[in-house]
Amino acid sequence: MAIDAFAPDTAAAAPRVALSEPRVVRLVLIAVALGFLVLFLVVPLVVVFSEALAGGVATYLASLTEPDALAAIRLTLLTAAIAVPLNLVFGVAAAWCIARFEFVGKSVLTTLIDLPFSVSPVISGLVYVLLFGLHGWLGPWLQAHDVKIIFAVPGIVLATIFVTFPFVARELIPLMQEQGSEEEEAAIVLGASGWQTFRRVTLPKIKWGLLYGVLLCNARAMGEFGAVSVVSGHIRGETNTMPLHVEILYNEYNMVAAFAVASLLALLALVTLVAKALLEWRYADELAATRRH
Amino acid sequence: MAGLLLRAGSWRKPSVLPGFGLALGFTVTYLSLIVLIPLAALVAGAAGLGWEGFLAVATGPRVVAAFKVSFGTAFVAACLNAVFGLVVAWVLVRYDFPGRRVVDALVDLPFALPTAVAGIALTALYAPNGWIGALLEPMGITVAFTPLGIIVALTFVGLPFVVRTVEPVLQDLEAEQEEAAAVLGAGRTRTFLRVILPAILPALLTGFALAFARAVGEYGSVIFIAGNLPMVSEIVPLLIVIRLEQYDYAGATAIAALMLAASFALLLVINLLQSWMRSRHGH
Repeated sequence: MAIDAFAPDTAAAAPRVALSEPRVVRLVLIAVALGFLVLFLVVPLVVVFSEALAGGVATYLASLTEPDALAAIRLTLLTAAIAVPLNLVFGVAAAWCIARFEFVGKSVLTTLIDLPFSVSPVISGLVYVLLFGLHGWLGPWLQAHDVKIIFAVPGIVLATIFVTFPFVARELIPLMQEQGSEEEEAAIVLGASGWQTFRRVTLPKIKWGLLYGVLLCNARAMGEFGAVSVVSGHIRGETNTMPLHVEILYNEYNMVAAFAVASLLALLALVTLVAKALLEWRYADELAATRRH
Repeated sequence: MAGLLLRAGSWRKPSVLPGFGLALGFTVTYLSLIVLIPLAALVAGAAGLGWEGFLAVATGPRVVAAFKVSFGTAFVAACLNAVFGLVVAWVLVRYDFPGRRVVDALVDLPFALPTAVAGIALTALYAPNGWIGALLEPMGITVAFTPLGIIVALTFVGLPFVVRTVEPVLQDLEAEQEEAAAVLGAGRTRTFLRVILPAILPALLTGFALAFARAVGEYGSVIFIAGNLPMVSEIVPLLIVIRLEQYDYAGATAIAALMLAASFALLLVINLLQSWMRSRHGH
C-alpha cells in the first residue's frame, strides 16, 4: 500500500503538508465513504440475518431442514460440484496454451474467454432454451430420444458453467504470463515428462492463484440466479437451486423461510470474502499482480 | 527438422514445452460448445426473423420503454458509483483509519453475494415498512417498487467496479507531480482537478463503463425491488423472461439479440478504455 508515502500523519517535514487535505476534509471524505458502504453493503447484510432470525432460532432451523429446502441445498451443491471442476480444468488448459505459447489468434481467444461476463445472465439461460428447449434447434431430436435438458438438472448445470466460465482462466492467464516459462523449459530440457513438469513445476507456482479463481467461481456457481431461473422450470424439490428457492418462498410471503435460506447464501459470500482477503494478504506474491493490494 | 519448425512457426513460435495441441484443442472445443455455439444459435435465431419481423419486435412500445428504463437506471447507478466509488478508493488508498483492511475486503461483497439475496434484502429495507423505507416515506419518497428502487439495486451490484479499477492507479501515482504542483503554488483542490483527476480519468471511465455494462444486464437483484410495472419499471432482461414464459420465442430472441449487440458495443468501448489506461499507466 502507498499509504505510508502519503499519509499526512506520518509525514514529519513541513512541506509535505501541502500534499494532503486539511484534517476536516479528510474526516468528511472518510465519513462519506464509510456512510456509503454501510448504507449499501452492511445494512443489507444485517437485514438478511435479522429477518431470518425474526421468528426465533427454532423457526430458522426448521426452515432450513424442511424437505424442499434440503433438496435445493443438495441441487446447489451438485451443480457447483460439476461446474467448478469442469471450469477448473478448462482454466488450466486455457492458461497453459495462452501463457506458455505464442500463436496467431491468441488475443482473440483471450477476448472470447471473457465473453460470458459481458452477457446478461438471462441471455446465458436463453441461449440453451433456444438450443435444447422443446421448440429449440435440437428440441424435437432430444424429445424423440427422451433426453431432458431444459427444465431439468443438465440445463441448470450448463447455464451455471456458462456464467462461471471465465473465473479460473482469467486468474491463471495473467499469473502464468508474469511467471514466464523458463522453469518449465528447464524441466523439459532436463528430461522431465510434460505431466511431471506440470505437476512438479507449474502446479506449485500457481496453486494459490488456482484456489483464488476456484473460490470466486464457486461463489458465483452457488449463487447464480438469472441464468438458472430461465432454464429451471421452478419445479419444487426437483429443479430449484437455493437462490430459486429463496425467490419462491419470498413470492409466497414466507419471509422468515426466504431469509433463512438467503442467510446461508450470505454466509457463503462472507466465507468467500474472508478466504479471498486471506489469500490476498498471505500469498500476495503468488497471485496475479492485479490482486496485490 | 528445419522444415517442421518452419511449418509450425508459420502460425506459432516453436517451444520446447509440450501439450500445446492438447490444451488448445480442449480450450477451443469447450469454448465452442459452452459459449460460442449457443450464442451463435441466438444470433441465427434473430437473423431468421427477417429484418421486418425483427423491427416489429424491437420498435414495440413496451420494448422501447424497457430499454429506456434499463439504460436510464443503469446510467444513473453508474454515475453514483463513479462519484462514491472514487471517494471510497481515495479514502482506502490515501488515508489510514481503524478497520481499513476490513472495509477494503467488504467492497467486493456485491461480487460474492448472490443477486437474489441482495434483491430481497434491499426490498425489505426500502419497502414502506422497512428500516430505510419507513424513514423516507414521511418525506414523500418511495424507493421500493419504483425506478428509484432499480437504481438502488444497480448501485449495489456495480459498487466494486469503480473502486477496484481506480484503486491501483491511485496507488501507483507518482508523488512528484503533486509536489511540483504544490511547490508552484497550487492549492489542494486545484492540484486534484488539474493533476490527479486527469491522471485517473481513464481508470474512472473504465470503472464507470464496467459498472454500466453490468447494470444493464442485471436481473436477480432488480426484479424484487422494481415492482415490474410494464412501461414504468420493467427492465429488458425481465421482458425477455416474460416473452419466454409466454412461449413467444421470436420476441425473446429479438430482444435478446438487441441486448447482446448493446453488450458487445459496450465491451468494445471498455477494451478501448482499457488500452488507453494501459498506455497511460502500464497496467
